[in-house]
Amino acid sequence: MTERFPGYDVLAKRHTPSWNAKTRQVIDERLALPRAPRFLSPAEFATLAALCNRIVPQPANRPPVPVAALVDDKLYENRRDGHRDHRLPPAREAWRRGLAGIAAEARRRHSVGFETLDAAEQDALLRAMQDGDIAGDWGGMRPAMFFAKRLLLDIVTAYYGHPTAWNEIGFGGPASPRGYVRMDFDRRDPWEAAEAKPGEEAAARSENARIG
Amino acid sequence: MPGSADPSPDPQIVPRGRNGRAPDPLRVGGWVEMREHRDDEAVDFAIVGTGAGGGTLACRLAELGFSVVGFDAGPWWRPLEDFASDETHQQKLYWTDERICDGENPLVLGANNSGRSVGGSTVHFAMVSLRFRPEWFKARSRLGYGADWPLDWREMWRYYDLVEDALKISGPVNYPWGPKRPRYPYRAHELNAAALALARGCEALGIAWAPTPLATVSAPRGLSPPCVYRGFCVQGCATNAKQSALITWIPRAVKAGAEIRDLAMVGRVETDPKTGLATGVHYHREGRWRFQRARNVVVAGYAIETPRLLLNSADLRHPDGLANGSGLVGHNLMVHANQAVYGTMREEVRWYKGPPTLALTEHWNYQDAGKDFHGGYCYMAQGPLPVTWAGIVAGARGLWGRALRDEMEQYNHAVGLKIVGEVLPDANNRVTPADETDELGLKAARVTFSYGDNDKRLIAHAMRAMRDCLDAAGASDLWEETDDTAHLAGTARMGDDPRSSVVNADCRSWDIRNLWICDGSVFPTIGGVNPSLTIQAIALRTADRIKALAARGEL
Repeated sequence: MTERFPGYDVLAKRHTPSWNAKTRQVIDERLALPRAPRFLSPAEFATLAALCNRIVPQPANRPPVPVAALVDDKLYENRRDGHRDHRLPPAREAWRRGLAGIAAEARRRHSVGFETLDAAEQDALLRAMQDGDIAGDWGGMRPAMFFAKRLLLDIVTAYYGHPTAWNEIGFGGPASPRGYVRMDFDRRDPWEAAEAKPGEEAAARSENARIG
Repeated sequence: MPGSADPSPDPQIVPRGRNGRAPDPLRVGGWVEMREHRDDEAVDFAIVGTGAGGGTLACRLAELGFSVVGFDAGPWWRPLEDFASDETHQQKLYWTDERICDGENPLVLGANNSGRSVGGSTVHFAMVSLRFRPEWFKARSRLGYGADWPLDWREMWRYYDLVEDALKISGPVNYPWGPKRPRYPYRAHELNAAALALARGCEALGIAWAPTPLATVSAPRGLSPPCVYRGFCVQGCATNAKQSALITWIPRAVKAGAEIRDLAMVGRVETDPKTGLATGVHYHREGRWRFQRARNVVVAGYAIETPRLLLNSADLRHPDGLANGSGLVGHNLMVHANQAVYGTMREEVRWYKGPPTLALTEHWNYQDAGKDFHGGYCYMAQGPLPVTWAGIVAGARGLWGRALRDEMEQYNHAVGLKIVGEVLPDANNRVTPADETDELGLKAARVTFSYGDNDKRLIAHAMRAMRDCLDAAGASDLWEETDDTAHLAGTARMGDDPRSSVVNADCRSWDIRNLWICDGSVFPTIGGVNPSLTIQAIALRTADRIKALAARGEL
């Protein structure tokens, strides 16, 4: 995957007026998150990690965002959403049933666990789940409902809450108290990511190296 | 330091409003003196909830000389030290207790409609401060739908003036819609590219647009600096530019002698078995249940927690819940339709900069010709941050894998418009007690919601209008988010008739004369604008009415 914002690192602003003390604290905690599961079992966690790799595949040339650990952390801390579709159980129970259901479906199709399948097989299973083509009822929970309302949202919001993901999309990241000055189209403050226009990757990389 | 107490215990665990002092939300580590009342001292008003309704009312009643204790289930923040620039962390501002959502269109609650803080949802609201169209106060008799309000728009216009001045709303010199209004106290904010796209689209279509009147200051005000356009408005303003109840009404209330109790969840309103009148509130704080005596109780928990508390307070004399002689408590739950159209611009937009909704059009609130539905809607520029945006892209389009990553890489070129669309009252949309209980043993709320046919026609009209606007603005690859909602209203409507309403125009219960309801629950209709300005205007009016009733010996 080519980099759209080459060399941009939102963490380079950690000691600038864009980050207040509280922000440094909460981002430091996120970066230091334990990689081992604290809520899910090792087997469940292996299935979740494989799922995360398909929902948000990551490039190999940088340290990965620990997406599965972030999802496990939400469950461990029991951080809730404030609403629950009546067709789903609470998040912890939904994930337990969902991961068991995915593992069972993988064994039914291929006689092995989900994490052992190749990427195409994993994607086919996930697509069937999303499209409502997996029959059955995982303890009263429809697989398609779990996919749309729980699995997909928990994984993508975990990933895009991580600074590495902010780098990929050119988000300015934390911005208090400095904020921003240039508001119009095609205007960029010197502490914002520079986008690599075709043929100008080196210029963008040079701009991004100066951000702080 | 070994042996010394933690200088700043977690405000989500240890209350700050106690021992005769309250936190000063405008200063790091700051405190101010606060009057305190004993539980067995009957105060004039116990107010449940400290947001746009309860916070405003607590302030004015204290300033009018009444003794007041305000209760809030949430913490009492000092934004300068407590708020991070981080979407994930700031979910601590939302009411995340489980609510069970059903109906044909189960609601998504929490982030966009339910706060849990001293200051309520105004701590994380988008600051959009709009007046109702005058005819909406008589929607049934003037426009042929919904229900009439027992309020006159000219009186409300005077209270809107007062709220706009109290919050120093930043807005345009000339507002294009509705009757003449005074200048906004502070000048409008500079537009970001997302707002300029809306302006470009509206001008191409030949309809009016305006910079959005916002409750965040565009110039210094006391200890509030002008907005720095950091863009985390709905995650809580860390600079105190936002004029939330937390930094406006609440400090005024404390200064005037009100006591505010944070981390204090009210579980039941008690009534006297002989008189049927309210005698006080049972609340949970610091690990135990306590009872505050009061001569009047005001419920101001917004359109889910208010009916939940009234229904959970059922007793022998009120088996169907308090204030429920009409049978309407919990019914007529309304939301705003909050559908969106998004697209991609060739230019860089970077919509994370500035308040998310810097421009809007109320054209379809005021233009009735050509509509095949009742009610109205406005639409506004958008600026979701990455976690929210990923949730929309994945949720609305089902994207994942490479397709999701590719779409997310367009983040800085994305642009969008979202409606605040009027949903009609429907008695079948309602809040009822669920079988499940929360950690305190209180029955959770079951929230039932389905769009009606009129709502669906309004949404279809709005989708066409927003597509036309974005197309005219030069956006490409347009797509729709079809199922979001915002705000809450109804469930304890005001009216002129005890048979068809829960409270009268003064927010006073028809059944229990010392029980009041003062929040968005009292709205008979929701209109096509964000509700906070109207909730605050009603609270100011209620305080004036209470003063007048007290003077006549009618309290």
